[in-house]
Amino acid sequence: MRASTVDRITEYAIAAFLWALRIVVVLVVVIGSLLTLSSGRYGMDTWSSLIVSGLTTGSVYALIALGYTMVYGILRMINFAHGEIFMGGAFAGYFVGTAFSSMGLLNQGPVVVLLAVAIMIIVAAAFSTVLALLVERIAYRPLRNAPRLVPLISAIGASFFLQYTFRGVFGAGIYVYPDVALLGQRVPIDFLRLRWVDVLVVVSALAMMTGLYLFVMRTRMGTAMRAVSEDKGTAQLMGIDVNRAIVTTFAVGAAMAGAAGVLYSLMFDQVYFFTGFIPGIKAFTAAVLGGIGNVPGAMLGGLFLGQVESVGPTLFLDGFNVPAVNQLKDVIAFTLLVLVLVFRPSGILGERVTAQRA
Amino acid sequence: MMDTAVAPAAPDATVDWRRVLRVGLLGGAVALYVCLVGMVEVFQTRALVTGVITLGQTTMVLAGVAAAYLTLRGRAMDRRSAALAGAVAGAVAGAFPAVLVVLAEVVNLRAMFLHASPGTTAVLTVGLGVAGAWVPILALAVVGAVTGLLLTAPAAIQRPATAALTALLLTGLFAGLLRPPLLASSVTAGIGRLLFASDGLTIVGAVTVVIAVIGGRIAMRRASLRSRVAALPPARRRVLTPSAVVALILFVVWLPHGVGPFFAQVVAVVALYILMGFGLNITLGLAGLLDLGFVAFFAVGAYTVGLLTSTAEYGIALWPFWAAVPFAVLVAMAFGAFFGLPILGIRGDYLAIATLGFGEIIRILAGSDLLKGLLGGPRGIINIPRPLEVPPDHLLAGPIQIYYIGLVFALVVAFVAIRLRDSRLGRAWLAIREDEDVAEALGVNLVQTKLLAYMLGAAFAGLGGAVFAGLLGSIFASSFPLFVSINVAALIIVGGMGSIPGVVVGAIFLIGVPELFREFSEYRFLFYGVALIAMMLYRPEGLLPSRIVQRELHVPDADATAEGNGDGDGQDQPSRLAPDAAG
Repeated sequence: MRASTVDRITEYAIAAFLWALRIVVVLVVVIGSLLTLSSGRYGMDTWSSLIVSGLTTGSVYALIALGYTMVYGILRMINFAHGEIFMGGAFAGYFVGTAFSSMGLLNQGPVVVLLAVAIMIIVAAAFSTVLALLVERIAYRPLRNAPRLVPLISAIGASFFLQYTFRGVFGAGIYVYPDVALLGQRVPIDFLRLRWVDVLVVVSALAMMTGLYLFVMRTRMGTAMRAVSEDKGTAQLMGIDVNRAIVTTFAVGAAMAGAAGVLYSLMFDQVYFFTGFIPGIKAFTAAVLGGIGNVPGAMLGGLFLGQVESVGPTLFLDGFNVPAVNQLKDVIAFTLLVLVLVFRPSGILGERVTAQRA
Repeated sequence: MMDTAVAPAAPDATVDWRRVLRVGLLGGAVALYVCLVGMVEVFQTRALVTGVITLGQTTMVLAGVAAAYLTLRGRAMDRRSAALAGAVAGAVAGAFPAVLVVLAEVVNLRAMFLHASPGTTAVLTVGLGVAGAWVPILALAVVGAVTGLLLTAPAAIQRPATAALTALLLTGLFAGLLRPPLLASSVTAGIGRLLFASDGLTIVGAVTVVIAVIGGRIAMRRASLRSRVAALPPARRRVLTPSAVVALILFVVWLPHGVGPFFAQVVAVVALYILMGFGLNITLGLAGLLDLGFVAFFAVGAYTVGLLTSTAEYGIALWPFWAAVPFAVLVAMAFGAFFGLPILGIRGDYLAIATLGFGEIIRILAGSDLLKGLLGGPRGIINIPRPLEVPPDHLLAGPIQIYYIGLVFALVVAFVAIRLRDSRLGRAWLAIREDEDVAEALGVNLVQTKLLAYMLGAAFAGLGGAVFAGLLGSIFASSFPLFVSINVAALIIVGGMGSIPGVVVGAIFLIGVPELFREFSEYRFLFYGVALIAMMLYRPEGLLPSRIVQRELHVPDADATAEGNGDGDGQDQPSRLAPDAAG
């Protein structure tokens, strides 16, 4: 009898706590936004540039998130090393870009520059794919039927291994990305603080995501991948090569991440061995946000996270006179992650998929 | 490693050349990796045997040994073809660094690969430059041939030779640890100087080690220590266990005094990690909750002690250290409850990411301008008093007292952990770790049980943080990086989840040993990565597993084949996490 009373009390306490958490979060967001907006400290110019930066980082997060979400969908495993695959792509792009830069290709007209950047992206995607397939072969494949924590720990190990391999091979210094003069120029729209690189990032991310979506939904291989993520055993009985589907999933996700690595570094002009870690975790957040295992969800989640993280600190916290709000960017992103995991672990688009699968 | 002798029965002259080539290429890839990642060049600064072989060269030798060993493993071969196959595998492996030497001379590889440098070339060619590109090929071929000979040698030669080489490798590696205690006393200082140079074994030392090992082997031929103990009459055996325990205790007490001031700091840090390991062992080892935000509670404990005891700017209470410690534990526990309540409905791998988020949140907040007025921001809290105020030449001065304090706390925590493990609560934790749904169906209150595990882990992390604050005397937001969480989780995983001796072994291997190679610290996490992957692949239960975990992970294969290629749905949850967090 006593035990059940205790149980009930803890249950109520927890429910009360969670409700209090919800209320506090909503209050902070609403009151903070009202205070910030009513103070009128920031004009259209600031907001629009925040939104643009949210859109660009968000599309990079979305590209990385695709890899997390597809691998999770098919293997139920968090590919912790995915951020390092992204970093590898950024490095590959750096070396190709530096070579182009020394040939003077990056100062030419738009066509040449676009071609050069496209080659950088393609090489980076190819390199990341090779890297991911190696990791999959060595660290993940033998553990496919192991208890869930085992591949996760192996993935954490792979993440560290890759980070410090890059550190050993290329050193701990920060590599400054080759300068592409054209991309740094402003787009001639008066009321928007928009550079061409932002346009490039968003457009190419959208193009790649569309391509991926078509690949997953329309092709035979895509169908096989979806079938395997539904039910491996049945898929195998239907004559699908499960192993090939899994490897393709890794490859496609890694290619997206590698391309994202180049885009990200073009935006922030630098790459070093730790570049992949934080974007990796953020992209995982984006994948969870959109509903893990769900391809359109990852895109949506990435864009949403990008906005929250870019606009959020100023919008929610500045009104409370919090100093140096941008320091708290990651706090907001991680808080969002925890809130989503607690209150809606199925993500934004989660329900629809569950209904489909049921 | 090499005692698994190649069966000398039915010798077979045919060599599987494709296998030789394949393994050789693989070994070459590894050798090339080791060169490019810089180990060859960086490890050059330390010698294995001074004047004979450096650590950098040792890595190449080991690559050759591995190539030959993997080529010959499990093959029945006569001596000559084994030597030949080993030599070829070694030569193929050696060709990779050789090509690197030539390429580095012809092309400017350094623009891309930091370590494709003259330094690496010098090590690989023993200083001959590009003209010595043949050196690695020849050297690895010889190493491979010797390995082949050793593998086909009769056990009477193979065993002692392998043991001697292994001992040589180990004493050379740990020369820095073995030398100071010998030099400390005037009686043994001469021996110390004779055997060890400042950066490795001396030649005399190397010969001594080899003779000692082989002599020891011959002296107690066959009878291993264990079988001799078993052969003792029971009355004497009963004396043996307590005396071993007494010897161990004496050793542990003597340790920080014997190893010199630098290593005293190292052993203090190891003791601290053992303490934290015992704490996380409850959360991760018993209840199976992978908490990657452990550092958050560590930071909470440290900051609590800092705020309560500091005599500088941000101190608020000027409490003595010992009054602040229990308070720090309570505050950490409260934080554990605060963070644990919302997230404990989350399962498995999601929990890992959520807790990782917490760790980052706490670290960023501690260093932010928002809490600068309270916690000092990046400038941190300084002037935290030592736990015991003693004069600097006292027996308990500096890190030594932290070592003892850490160990005493660790013993307390270990005792608590063992008692908890064998309690009703402990069994509930184990049940949750196995299968949450079944545990719940059997009447385990999931949220309560998990929350208790999480809070206890947090409390012990807070205790660790409190001791840490006392050790350093000042704390900054940057003292609490994610790596602390990873370190603790990794040491538990490597040692063996849920196993108390496993934590100690894990802490010694992952925290203590890397400190001995501090000048190579850039490779520390590389080795962690390799250790974690290798552990998961070959020994997921850890080095010293608890009996339960071992049984679990080595169930007869029936279970695995039944699941086959299926989703592994036995322990797998439905694809969506049930939105049961609020319940």
